[in-house]
Amino acid sequence: MNDIQKTRDASTVPARTDERRFADATLTPPVDVIEDSSGITLYADLPGVPRDKLHLNVESDLLTIEGEIDLSVPEGLQSSHTEVGLGRFHRTFTLSKELDTEKISAELAQGVLTLRIPKAEHAQPRRINVQVN
Amino acid sequence: MYRSLFPRDMFAEMDRLQREMQQAFDPSPTIRGFGRSGFPALNVGSTAKTVEIFALAPGVDPATLEIHLDRGILTIAGERKSAEPPAGAKETLHINERFDGAFRRVLSLPDDADPDSVEARARDGVVHVTVQRRASALPRRIAVQ
Repeated sequence: MNDIQKTRDASTVPARTDERRFADATLTPPVDVIEDSSGITLYADLPGVPRDKLHLNVESDLLTIEGEIDLSVPEGLQSSHTEVGLGRFHRTFTLSKELDTEKISAELAQGVLTLRIPKAEHAQPRRINVQVN
Repeated sequence: MYRSLFPRDMFAEMDRLQREMQQAFDPSPTIRGFGRSGFPALNVGSTAKTVEIFALAPGVDPATLEIHLDRGILTIAGERKSAEPPAGAKETLHINERFDGAFRRVLSLPDDADPDSVEARARDGVVHVTVQRRASALPRRIAVQ
């Protein structure tokens, strides 16, 4: 009886280590979002994220920003004070219909991501001339 | 801490609760405060030969950053420009979470830190300061006569 119990436990409940528990934990990067007449500009703070570890994804109307911090930590470092204890950033935004997801441009400089999302041409503001006869 | 517009604001209450819990659990409150939510965020560690400080300062030009070491007190100061549109512009600020303005963070280094050999590098918005420890403080094997 005891033996059966044991084997079942081992197969269905994997050992939860700290690493597994925190594998899904991410930091939420602070952002600024500014809208003007031709589109939206998004700034996100992603310190320590190199270009090759930044992943931007647009799926239908969902924009996902993901990044991994890459620090060159010297060997044998013992941490004494930690304010940023996680190594990954993750944040999603829902875009609205008038934004043109095909024409998003991105730039990463000094740990700040700048995203420019233009509005589709039919959504740009137009001045309508009044004809006077 | 910004002042809340509504004194019984739920978020302000949660902030207060979080601060109280932090204070209750902090094992060694120092005279220089908690400093856990400042800009830039600091990670500090040490190896046998060095003290390593990582300052996460995205969007700050490393050339304008002021790093001083005076009598064991390391100061990191600078300014980050606002992304906010100028007043009167036809732009709308929807989300404003990023820090802007002048900043200054101070931390005390261990006694054996050598003020003459400090090195600072910047990459991807992270400033990495390495302070060498004095050789006299290195662990040594003492021979038995």
